[in-house]
Amino acid sequence: MSAYTATVTVRLKQGVLDPEAETTKRALERLGFELSGLRSADRFEVDLDAADEDAARERASEMAERLLANPTIHDYDVEVAPRE
Amino acid sequence: MTVSVVRFGGSNCDRDALRALEDLGIDAEIVWHEDGLPADTTGVVLPGGFSYGDYLRAGAMAARSPVMDEVRELASEGVPVLGVCNGAQVGCESGLTEGAFTTNASARFQCEHVHVRVERTDTPWTAGYETGEVIELPIAHGEGRYEISEDRLTQLETQDRVLFRYCDADGNLTDEANPNGSKHNVAGVVGERDSVAVLMPHPERAALADVGGTDGRPLLRGFAAE
Repeated sequence: MSAYTATVTVRLKQGVLDPEAETTKRALERLGFELSGLRSADRFEVDLDAADEDAARERASEMAERLLANPTIHDYDVEVAPRE
Repeated sequence: MTVSVVRFGGSNCDRDALRALEDLGIDAEIVWHEDGLPADTTGVVLPGGFSYGDYLRAGAMAARSPVMDEVRELASEGVPVLGVCNGAQVGCESGLTEGAFTTNASARFQCEHVHVRVERTDTPWTAGYETGEVIELPIAHGEGRYEISEDRLTQLETQDRVLFRYCDADGNLTDEANPNGSKHNVAGVVGERDSVAVLMPHPERAALADVGGTDGRPLLRGFAAE
């Protein structure tokens, strides 16, 4: 078994309205910043031990499928890196 | 017969539901989720509130608590299940009903009275209304915008599973009368069975004449229907 950190990023699917991101964008504009768009996402860093990188990715993906993301509105991706 | 009103940590409409059901002469009790459902449960209310502090997403944690396995099993047997507000979010998160209730288009918590149009009357929840009837119910939510893919929404509508839609006082489905930006003004839907329903407005807060009107009473009588 090796130690890994799986980083799960959960985003709204394209086309799904993100009112909080819209509000944040407007607040940045009020502060004088120029920007043409803003998207927000949730990032989860999961420390886990697994036989190899693929096994770690598979388990983190299952976590995303079953809890971290809601497949009706979210897409997600998983990145795995060795943990010191 | 006893309707179990499932209380999670953070539920806050459980007592309202209990009182409304008792006023209708429907036997009901509050059940702490960790205790599981009593064997004589003949109906389930998933009440409003902020279960688990809305951590991760509204309803996400409660939807994955062990009691929901029991609720899903009863639902599949035809036992009536009603999810209101946070209970509706729990219902969608747990797969009892399709779609998701997420952040209001306004990005604000909205607490107001709204009109909804009754889309079907051949369900236990709406048998006491007329088709197209406009009723007034309170809403109180920050995450009530109904989201679902266009394909699934088309399928849901084809299968006639939309129970209520936000409308104006005359029953017109307008953007202005849609308080949270829900797709196609959807306020409530039924699951695979008509005996499973979720909605964001609060029928239990419109069940007693001295507080909030009585338009929600026929809906709650769904628990007494055979």
